[in-house]
Amino acid sequence: MNGAGDGVRMPYQAVAEWLGTQKLDDLKQKLVEAETLFRRTGITFAVYGSQDAVERLIPFDIIPRILSAQEWRRLTGGIEQRVRALNAFMYDIYHRQEIIKAGRIPEELVIGNSAFVPEMIGAEPPLGIYSHIIGIDIVRTSENDFFVLEDNTRTPSGVSYMIENRETMMHMFPDLFAKNRVAPVENYPDHLLKTLESVAPRNLGREPTIALLTPGQYNSAYFEHSFLADQMGVELVEGHDLTIVDGTLKMKTTQGLRQVDVLYRRIDDDFLDPLVFRPDSVLGVPGLFDLYRAGRVTVVNAPGAGIADDKAIYSYIPEIIKFYTGQTPILQNVPTYNCRNKADLAYVLANLAKLVVKEVHGSGGYGMLIGPTASKEEIASFRTKLEAQPDNYIAQPTLALSTCPTLVEAGVAPRHLDLRPFVLYGDRVRLAPGGLTRVALKPGSLVVNSSQGGGTKDTWVLQD
Amino acid sequence: MLGRTANDLYWLARYVERAENMARLIEVGYRIALLPRDGAGYHDEEWRSTLASAGCAQGYFAKHEALTTRDVINYLLFDCNNSSSVKSCLSAARRNGRAQRTSLTRDMWESLNSAWIEFGNIKPIGMTASELPRVLDWVRSRSALYRGALLNTILRNDTFFFSQLGTFLERADNTARILDVKYYVLLPEITMVGGGVDNVQWGAILRSVSAHRSYRWVYKENYKPWRIAEYLILNQAMPRSLRSSYDEIVVALDQLAALYGERFACHATARATQEILAKGDIDRIFQSGLHEFIEDFISRNNRLGSEIAESYHFNA
Repeated sequence: MNGAGDGVRMPYQAVAEWLGTQKLDDLKQKLVEAETLFRRTGITFAVYGSQDAVERLIPFDIIPRILSAQEWRRLTGGIEQRVRALNAFMYDIYHRQEIIKAGRIPEELVIGNSAFVPEMIGAEPPLGIYSHIIGIDIVRTSENDFFVLEDNTRTPSGVSYMIENRETMMHMFPDLFAKNRVAPVENYPDHLLKTLESVAPRNLGREPTIALLTPGQYNSAYFEHSFLADQMGVELVEGHDLTIVDGTLKMKTTQGLRQVDVLYRRIDDDFLDPLVFRPDSVLGVPGLFDLYRAGRVTVVNAPGAGIADDKAIYSYIPEIIKFYTGQTPILQNVPTYNCRNKADLAYVLANLAKLVVKEVHGSGGYGMLIGPTASKEEIASFRTKLEAQPDNYIAQPTLALSTCPTLVEAGVAPRHLDLRPFVLYGDRVRLAPGGLTRVALKPGSLVVNSSQGGGTKDTWVLQD
Repeated sequence: MLGRTANDLYWLARYVERAENMARLIEVGYRIALLPRDGAGYHDEEWRSTLASAGCAQGYFAKHEALTTRDVINYLLFDCNNSSSVKSCLSAARRNGRAQRTSLTRDMWESLNSAWIEFGNIKPIGMTASELPRVLDWVRSRSALYRGALLNTILRNDTFFFSQLGTFLERADNTARILDVKYYVLLPEITMVGGGVDNVQWGAILRSVSAHRSYRWVYKENYKPWRIAEYLILNQAMPRSLRSSYDEIVVALDQLAALYGERFACHATARATQEILAKGDIDRIFQSGLHEFIEDFISRNNRLGSEIAESYHFNA
């Protein structure tokens, strides 16, 4: 919230004043109200492997995270550039592979990557887009420095929290919205629907039918799946609701079979089609992949889109942006050591206590080492894993993440946060002014993942 | 609408209705069980017919040897192994509601969800005589709240029609089961005995469909067993009668036919049953056998359920 000098930065001034007039007990009471509201609405997520609580709330913080219009414009430019480049990269590697031929990225890193789906080679997704829905994790380290931590190009989640956090804030603090000109985020579902419609198979001759494919109500993001289907007014389907008849994808309705043209899937590639991917999957539809390749149905995001957010590819993204756009990247990458390179590995092993080490295919904050806060034992055991399988890891310097005032037991205190804006890419790029702000609730902690006890905040983008 | 969605909505409505009916049956059973019996003890045996009306007798006796008020109440309210217990019904209703969150309005979902959350706070151990009525009232009020939210907020489309079908098939089944278990106290030969217990039993039948007060308004006379049977089977105004349940079922099916532009076997079956009830005469029903009539109705009602499931691809 504060800048390099003394005092509160501009965008936060009105909220800081407001915060100064609030009593701690009142704020805590508001927090309890907010949580009751979330639980009643059923905005919960399932924690894998936890038996006691089948459904939990992601902790919500009532103090918003705020970005100025100018800051947002800069992010927007950087995000759009990135999204176009990542999709151009995917089109290339699933076709002519110019970037590999040009020697700008090692072949084995792409072709030998488990996120590369060889079955996608030569496929022609509508508009040449692979990743239509991307959540880009961004951190801020100073007033002017934003870094992209990760591009989530597969099935990013969290957008329902962006919308529901705003709903809750507007419900509880309408006066704050009267004093601040906050850009609305509520039309995200409309934009999502337009994006999905824009990539329907060509020459349909009618309005495309969209469906959202969920693994079911025990999935951790089920609330979001049903929320989005509801907001878009499309059917929320499970694998067994779908079947393939006469070369088209059909859903089983009360009036018999109805064709589906665009499938927004929220299941992983592996589970999409047991005939092509995991044969034991019951979540997908046998034959879906062939249908997709034949252009009879559009799968969003495309199979194989995970290659663009692979952690081993990540360090090449500045190169990818230059290669496909001819521009220099607007948003910076965090310097990354690929442990598959001998020199990088040696550096990482010598500096474990200073670095964050991540599994290449890990997600959700699992399987990572945060050097500065890890114990000697943790570092030692991680060293063994790293030496055994260096290809499996990357490392990054620990960033001084920005903080935002957060309501905690003792009062209002700074906590570290990140930002995940959600960008849509179809006939054009659409970006909701805001995103999901995740906040680490433990003092000093840099881990914001909800699976690790992180919370969320409403994210404000102020209008000029 | 997905066939799975229709199935879930239909059953969601049935579970909510069943939870409410269960609460009513427990309340009535409890009233009678508390009455002193000639000689010594209480009417614990009454629980046998409560269990039978609830369709839970077999399950109960698989688990318990004796009929005790405590065990029966626990079994009907809290037992997760009893798929018709109030707890199981609320849990299944919420599970279906969650699976079909997109079809429910916010009010409907919140009433289901908060019912489930609040029920978690009720401890079976605390089920004292003073606590029980409060809990049973709570169950009925939650069901009323859900129905109210449905009626007030849902679009009148297939979501509503399938919900109505679930509610009224379940309600018809419930009323018919009560009659099926209790028919003997309504038979003339028993009536001749005409003791105090009969009056209690007749009152209990009416109470178990919340009709003990409205009966007097409609018939303006004391309980007469054939009148009670007529009221529960044929009366068009009585909201839990077989007749009024079938009026609602036929309306919902006609609306579905209008919406989808197609009629199926279920439409004919429902109309045929409705006609039997509309043209029915209580004297003739008694002559040809009350018990047989009820058994025939229950099997027709079950058949209608299967036909609806098949016509609308519930399990495609």
